[in-house]
Order: sequence, then structure tokens, then C-alpha cells
Amino acid sequence: MFNQDIVKPENLVYKRTDVLTDNVMHYCPGCGHGTTHRIIAEVIEEMGIQDKAICVAPVGCSVLAYNYFEVDSLGAAHGRAPALATAIQRLNPDHHVFTYQGDGDLAAIGTAETIHACNRGENIVIIFINNGIYGMTGGQMAPTTLIGMKTATTPYGRNVELNGYPLQITELLAQLPGTYFVTRQSVHTAAAVRKTKKAVRQAFENQKNKKGTSFVEVVSNCNSGWKMPAPKANEWMVENMFAKYPIGDIKVDGELVQK
Amino acid sequence: MAAKGTVVIDKERCKGCGVCIVACPKSVLALAKNVNGKGYNYSEATIDECIGCASCAMVCPDGVITVYKAK
Amino acid sequence: MAKELKLMKGNEAIAEAAIRSGCDGYFGYPITPQSEVMEHLMAEKPWEKTGMVVLQAESETSSINMVYGGAGVGKKVMTSSSSPGISLMQEGLTYLAGAELPAIVVNVVRGGPGLGTIQPSQADYFQATKGGGHGDYQLFVLAPATVQEMYDFVFLGWEIAFKYRNPVMILSDGAIGQVMEKLYVGDYVPRWTEEELRKNAPWASFGKPADRKHHIITSLELDSAKQEQHNHKLQAKYREMEEKEVRFEAINCDDADYIFVAYGSSARIAEKAMQLGKEKGYKIGILRLITLFPFPKKKIAELSTKVKGMLAVEMSAGQMVEDVRLAAEFRCPVEHFGRYGGIIHTPQEVLEGLEEKIIKRK
Repeated sequence: MFNQDIVKPENLVYKRTDVLTDNVMHYCPGCGHGTTHRIIAEVIEEMGIQDKAICVAPVGCSVLAYNYFEVDSLGAAHGRAPALATAIQRLNPDHHVFTYQGDGDLAAIGTAETIHACNRGENIVIIFINNGIYGMTGGQMAPTTLIGMKTATTPYGRNVELNGYPLQITELLAQLPGTYFVTRQSVHTAAAVRKTKKAVRQAFENQKNKKGTSFVEVVSNCNSGWKMPAPKANEWMVENMFAKYPIGDIKVDGELVQK
Repeated sequence: MAAKGTVVIDKERCKGCGVCIVACPKSVLALAKNVNGKGYNYSEATIDECIGCASCAMVCPDGVITVYKAK
Repeated sequence: MAKELKLMKGNEAIAEAAIRSGCDGYFGYPITPQSEVMEHLMAEKPWEKTGMVVLQAESETSSINMVYGGAGVGKKVMTSSSSPGISLMQEGLTYLAGAELPAIVVNVVRGGPGLGTIQPSQADYFQATKGGGHGDYQLFVLAPATVQEMYDFVFLGWEIAFKYRNPVMILSDGAIGQVMEKLYVGDYVPRWTEEELRKNAPWASFGKPADRKHHIITSLELDSAKQEQHNHKLQAKYREMEEKEVRFEAINCDDADYIFVAYGSSARIAEKAMQLGKEKGYKIGILRLITLFPFPKKKIAELSTKVKGMLAVEMSAGQMVEDVRLAAEFRCPVEHFGRYGGIIHTPQEVLEGLEEKIIKRK
């Protein structure tokens, strides 16, 4: 190690937040889940809301998300996280309830729960990880899988006739009057991480001000499912995923900023 | 000019994914030839050019990088 | 406690009991014949009286998962539905049982299978008492026979649910849900304060204070050895319920030759059949089940050594009768009588059933 002499508390620029537990995350090397977890935990720490934060974990790769957040948590059945969050938030209006869901959980099996929680304008934060594939079960097609993309259940590539179209659920949710803040971000570069953190912070601030549903999509990688090393997967994501799922705010302060 | 920053990498928790290596503007980081207890070639600083920008820590999924910068 | 006399439907009594028992939240979805539960709640606006949350969900799937969420943070939460809706809730029920969460679920049973009919039935006995969803688990099942019991069992349900950290099902039927009867209601029990919640549900995920580690409410355990241990714990809990919580009413059983075993509406019809039988000189008793799980195995075993036969009277093709037979262990004849598919048997039919299947049995 170089510059051992500057390793002093007063020189600290960045360290892992204590709102993450000490558990080693089970995610594959380079997976965006870990980065997104870190961002959420940092926002909770910075806002001083650890005692009021309640995490609702999904089913999928992030089924064990509750092992990593040092906040009280619940594991939901597949797709049902927004229903749990609805009840918890209504029963505890001053808490900060957030769901953390993947594309299969949120945009396939949990579509009804997602749409209706957003349509009621539940005062919750939804963090949506979109990597276009089912990671946990071994890389099958997700609702957000791109056309032509090979997965375990689309071995010849996603075919519209057979499988329909990729679901842009975030754009769909932005149309609902209950959503107050809808954005799509990513975590593949330092700049992207900073933007995502800002968006997550905005979401929790909106919740504090009881503005309704805040929805943050994070377009992410799936190195194992896409069968690429992490840096390569990030490049592929920029080239392919961002074309279908463009990065940026979609709805801010209750107003659509994108068509 | 002497470098002003440094990184401390928890090599046992590092999974060697390499995203920090791509993120570093000064090409300070590389995968070690050695592996950690889990069998991963962990990330390490190879040259004394760190500027303490924390880009590596920002993108690290496992939060294994602590960054310092001389004031 | 001050008592007030009211005239209400069974479904309304459930709603009234929710408000008066300090329930924190009700989450439901309309379905006949139980929609009056939520209608009564919405009309009463308990959020203005007690702070209770009432929400109409987008489906039964959602409402049971709202219950899971509320229960997981230590609140007294409940839902109600009828058979097809309860089928949709089975996923949530097994998760509630797996995560050991207290809650009350009311099933105002209608005839099936499928969309079936909207008329009363008792054909959800298997579903209620044998798990219903996947895995080894039990709901605690209470069977009200009157509008008063619809009301009282909500209070009892909270006690059981939180004592054992287990979902409680109130297994009613369309007749008891719809019938209007007098009932006595008591004073309002206040909802738990935050301090009481922390004392009564210390395990819950109500927000992590600085002085403890985070709580996790889940039914997942990927380590099978630990999952087996968890199952052992659940089974021990169910055995404890069987030891301590069996409830029934034995009517004229002491010198009876024949026993009607029944619950809910069928128990009331059997009572009339018992009177008709008395006029013909039969000595008939009734074992009215109040808990369907835990099932009164010991009482049935005891009676089976003393009587000439038992008739399980239920509005199904024969579900509870299997448990009666298992408990009687062939010490006496056990037969089933019941109309089903939404038809309610008459007392005459029940008595004829006894004569045909037990008394004149060759």
C-alpha cells in the first residue's frame, strides 16, 4: 500500500456506511445490486432515518437484501412487496418504508401490486433493479429482456411473436397520477452512482414530505446471466440496455419531464 | 508531484470484479496475482498515483474500498 | 364492561368487533357473501374514532400481503373474504404461518368448487384445517355458530394470534355472515400504543432502535438443517395448541346413544334435529366444535367408547368426518350427512340421515 501516512481519520474521504451490516453480500462479482444497496444505506445514514426505515425485500437475486441493510426488514412473497409496503406505511405514516425489487418481481408477477400501489400514490419508495433477466433462477427471460437477447428460456433470442415486447414499466408508472417522482438511473460509473444517490435521496425526501410514490429504476448488469465479466457487462448495458431504457428523470415533482 | 490520496482495500471481501479498475482515472488499480481466501484475485493499488477521488469506492458493489486524501 | 344490545348481520359484527377490539388495520377485497364487513367499516370511518386503517385492495392476493406487512411490524391486522378469495390468499397464509405472524383472516364460506355459488357452505374445512397452502403448517381455526360468536371470536382471535404468533382463521359461512341476530357489544378497547406494541410484539420490524440489531421477518431459510429446526418449532407450537386450546360445546352428550358432530350453521340445524329426535325417543347429543384446529380428538375418542354411533353433520361432501373417524378409531360407527353446493340441510333431513346411516345400520 502506498501513502500509509495519510491513512488517518481526518483524511477519510469515503468509507462503507454502518447502515450496511458486516455480512458479505452473496451477489456475483460486479453486480449492481451491491452498489445500489450501498447507495440506499448511505442515504438512510445521511438523513438520520435508520430507526424509521423499513425495508421490504423481494424474491429474486435480492431476496436476502434484508441481511445487508441494518434496518428492520420484511421478506415479501414474489411480487408482493408494494402490498406489504402499502400497509406498513399507512400503519406508520412517519416511517420510511421502501421496497427493493427486481424486474421479474416488480414487472411480471407483481405488476398488479406495483401499479395499484403507485396509482393510490402510496407514500413509499420503490427501488427497481432492471437487468433484463432472472438472475436467481438461472438467467431466464424477464419482462424487460431485450428483443433478440439470449436467455435460458429464449435460447435463440427473445422473439416478439413468441415472447412479446420488453416492458417499459417505468414509463407506464409515470403516467399514473399517484407517482410523484419517477426516474431511471444506473450505477456503472462513479458519476452515475452519484446521480443515483441523488435520486434515491430525492425519493426519501419526497416521502418525508408525504408526496406520494417515488420510483427509482436502476438499470443494472447481470454478469452471470449475460455471461460476461463485469466491466464488459457494463459496456454491453450502455450500448444495448440504455437504448431501450434511457437514463434520466421521467417525472419530477408530479410533472412529466419526458414524453 | 507526490500523490495525495490512497485506498485501503479489504482484500478478503473483494470479489475481483474489476469495476474499480475501469473507474480509476489514474489507472492505479489492478487485480493482484495472488488470490484471497475466497479464491478471487483481489484489487490492489499498483502505482503511487492515487488522487483520492473515490471513484473506485463509488462503483465498488461490495463496499470494500476506503479512501483517504491528504488535506 | 358495559354491554350494548345491537341487531346486526354476522358480517357487520365482524367489522364492529374489529373496531372495538383495537384492530389497527383491515385490508380487504369485495366478494359475496361477506362484502358487508368492509362496507360496515367504511361506513363507520374508524380512522376518525380509533385511528384504524381500512383499505380496499386490488385483489385478495394484495389484501393478504398487506396483512403480512402490517403483522410484520407488530400491528393488529385482519382481512376477510369468501372461498374463491380465500383460495387466492393461500400464498399469503403460508407465508404468514412460515414467518410466524399473528393476524385474523375471516372466511365466510360459500359453495364451490371454482366460482361455485354464493350460498352458504362448509366445504372449505380441508383448506382451513389442513394447511391450504404449501408446507407443513396450521392455521388456528375458530368456527362461530352465532352472530355473537362472530363478534367474540375477533377478540379471542387477537389473543390466540399474538400468544402463538400464528394466523387465526375465523371459519364462518354465508348463513352466519348474512343472518341478523341480536348481539351484545362491549366498550372500545383502545389500539395499542407504540410502547404496548413493543411490549406485545417485541420481535416485530417496527423500526430499529439504536440499541439492537435489525429484525428480519421472513419465511426463508436456505439452510435446510435450520429450516427443519424451524419446522420442529412450528410443530411444537401446534402440539401446544392441541394441548391447551381445544374448545367445544358438549350438549346432552353424557347419556347420549348418538352424537351429532357439527360446527357453525350445521351445529344449529343439528340442535333442532336433536329435538326432533327426542320426540321419537332417540337420545342424541351434540358435540359442537368451536376450534376446528386444534381438533377435539380426546373428547371424540372418549365419546366413541360410550355411544352407538356418530354423525358428522356438515355442508360438504364429507370433510370433517375424516377427522372424526380418525379420532374415533373405529370404536363406533362414524358417518357423514350433509347437503352441499350451497344447499343448507333441514333438521328433518339430518334426523333422517342419522336414522338411515347409524340407527338402522345393518
